[in-house]
Amino acid sequence: MADLHIPDALLVKNYVEGNENALATLIKRHESKIYGFIYSKIADRDISNDIFQDTFIKVIKTLKSNSYNEEGKFLPWVMRISHNLIVDHFRKTKKMPMYRETEEFSIFSIMSDDSLTIEGKMIVDQVEVDLKKIIEELPEDQKEVLVMRMYQDMSFKEISELTGVSINTALGRMRYALMNLRKIIDKHQIILTN
Amino acid sequence: MAKIYSKKGLASKDLKPKKEVVSFLLSYSQALKIVKTENKNFEIIAN
Repeated sequence: MADLHIPDALLVKNYVEGNENALATLIKRHESKIYGFIYSKIADRDISNDIFQDTFIKVIKTLKSNSYNEEGKFLPWVMRISHNLIVDHFRKTKKMPMYRETEEFSIFSIMSDDSLTIEGKMIVDQVEVDLKKIIEELPEDQKEVLVMRMYQDMSFKEISELTGVSINTALGRMRYALMNLRKIIDKHQIILTN
Repeated sequence: MAKIYSKKGLASKDLKPKKEVVSFLLSYSQALKIVKTENKNFEIIAN
């Protein structure tokens, strides 16, 4: 029970210094969380056991070679290792589906050209022009936030810093901008779809 | 009574790895020795 009060960082330090029992404590303390995390993604007990084992082999090797430098964050570090191994597992097992053309089956039944037709492109261009015109109708403060967010892809934090208002104010202006846009669209019965 | 539509996550069960896996890891750790040189690490596994 006394082990429960020893922080992870100290157990890691003890293990690096040669106390093998410290590893047993660390595994016992976190096995459920780590294994549960792996199993939640893999849904196969045997493969989850393999990944759990590979995770700790990496942990052991890293600690024994003194390459670990994240004191105090043992569990997130181990979780990250297991996450990477899960990704590797899915990469390895991912099979590319293969289709062959037969008399009953045409490859073109599952292939399609998603690109827009000339007419579709013209409609999209027109919608964009119309939308820009509507945005011009918005009050200056709302327009500014909307343009920064939608056209310049800025975060609300960046917008708030640049415009000198709080994040909440920027969010509020965005909300009003969208509400006003909807109002204008409804009022003039503008169709913005293609 | 309100229905709960969200699926129960797999991780909510109290899952643990096999005892053999943990036992292997502890033995592996005891057997493993890593010797560091200037730019290479040597792994020595004792029988």
